[in-house]
Amino acid sequence: MSVPGGEHDGNRAAQSIADAVARRSYGKLVALLAMRTRDVAAAEDALADAFAAALADWPKKGCPANPEAWLMTVARRRAIDGARHRRVGDAVVTELTILADEIDDRDASALPDRRLALLFACTHPALEPGIRTPLMLQVVLGLDAKRIASAFLTSPAAIAKRLARAKQKMRGAGIPFSVPEREELPSRLAAVLEAVYAAYAEGWGDPLGADSLRRDLAGEALFLAHLLVELLPEEPETMGLLALMLYAQARRDARRDEAGEYVPLSAQDPTKWNAPMLDAADALLRRASAFHTIGRFQLEAALQSAHVYRCRMQRPNWGEVMQLYDALLAIMPSPVVAINRALALAERDGPQAALDALAPYADDPRLSEYQPYWAARADLLARAGATREALDAYELAIGLERDPAARRFLQRQCAAVSTANR
Amino acid sequence: MQYLLMIYSQENGWNEMSDNERQQGVAAYHAYTESLKKAEVWVGSNRLQPSGTATTVRLVDDKPQVLDGPYSDSKEQLAGYYLIEAPDLDAAIAWASRCPGAAHGTMEVRPIWPTATYAQSAA
Repeated sequence: MSVPGGEHDGNRAAQSIADAVARRSYGKLVALLAMRTRDVAAAEDALADAFAAALADWPKKGCPANPEAWLMTVARRRAIDGARHRRVGDAVVTELTILADEIDDRDASALPDRRLALLFACTHPALEPGIRTPLMLQVVLGLDAKRIASAFLTSPAAIAKRLARAKQKMRGAGIPFSVPEREELPSRLAAVLEAVYAAYAEGWGDPLGADSLRRDLAGEALFLAHLLVELLPEEPETMGLLALMLYAQARRDARRDEAGEYVPLSAQDPTKWNAPMLDAADALLRRASAFHTIGRFQLEAALQSAHVYRCRMQRPNWGEVMQLYDALLAIMPSPVVAINRALALAERDGPQAALDALAPYADDPRLSEYQPYWAARADLLARAGATREALDAYELAIGLERDPAARRFLQRQCAAVSTANR
Repeated sequence: MQYLLMIYSQENGWNEMSDNERQQGVAAYHAYTESLKKAEVWVGSNRLQPSGTATTVRLVDDKPQVLDGPYSDSKEQLAGYYLIEAPDLDAAIAWASRCPGAAHGTMEVRPIWPTATYAQSAA
């Protein structure tokens, strides 16, 4: 979150400290404030007041030794005042007072971290699936509605309304702020991981980083994935997710050449990839595999690892890639997985085999506007010599693409197919 | 918190059952009610007569307009309810999923508006 204010030079230091604390501690403070009352909106209001007070106070008196504890003290006082003012009932005030006492009993520098419980609350199955990722970004990271709206290509007013509704449901329906029991954990964790991955995918969708709001989103998602690995060190799928995101992040800049044109994976220069990041991803994947519990994100990360290995070593490994896709398709039978699997199959058994594998999805309504499907089809048809159909598919793929560089790449491909067959 | 667990089900299902199946159905609900009471979660419950016995009433020009039939004409109708006391939504969902109604119909879980906050607006 960016804390408002800071017009004067003297305020700049306080502003930057407040921004840093916000980035590190926002979710921690919201989690503590809302844990008992489940009133996220009130916690956010109290925290916003505390940040405003910090910006007024810190330039004059200097930044406190423990800014997090300072903010918490002010915020919980505001929360109690707010609860009294709104006359929400003695129960809420009592809960907030208990919370205040609990925190006072502790070492002020060791505020408990309840962010994990907050992440589970934000991705609760009782909330509309489409709002879980935005809600998590706002409540845990403090992103404002404008940034979230920009990332998800919607209007700030519309997203603000849906966020408010979700928070109202959390409070009204009594969605718990807790880490689910052992038997329920895997399915609930899947929702948390999916929400984090969705945030990353939105940020990844802007390859040039031209849109700074969306570029930052990838960074925020990586922060959350790191946090999850830290908070849940025994869950291989959290490591799988972080590994997957690191593999993608390491190749992020190589997706464009100097002129800003799109470079497909097979044409990328592996020396331009971020090697330490790839090493970190490899290490995570090895750590995850020691648990002997395979899952979607570990498989997707393993696929990325196989692609990296092939490109670096210049040694085809499509047989291994196909095995991984078969395993992935078995636990996640989605048309999106089927498309990627078909593209690998084309490398191993030729384009016709891939087209045959995709035949069952020809009338799938989920794919009629799914750009990667038409791009894959166009490429496969062109390679199989079905020029007429290939050009039709290219037209759709180009029409559905929202990234200009990727669109130009497809237009060049399309023109090449057209000229070669004239 | 208190939650109302509402059982929505297809009414003709009951009539199409054999006597034996009906007895089993009643026994399952009886056992469920007992387990709620043992866990000290149960606040109240009732089974409703079929929606064919329902009547809707509303004021039109200050006069009660009375109509035969339930409010909503959907295939699945409110068949009964349990009012329970549970610490949070997850606990309420856990109880709802154990109700026989979750198998032969659909459970709707709704929190009760706490009396202390009646003065507050819903927004």
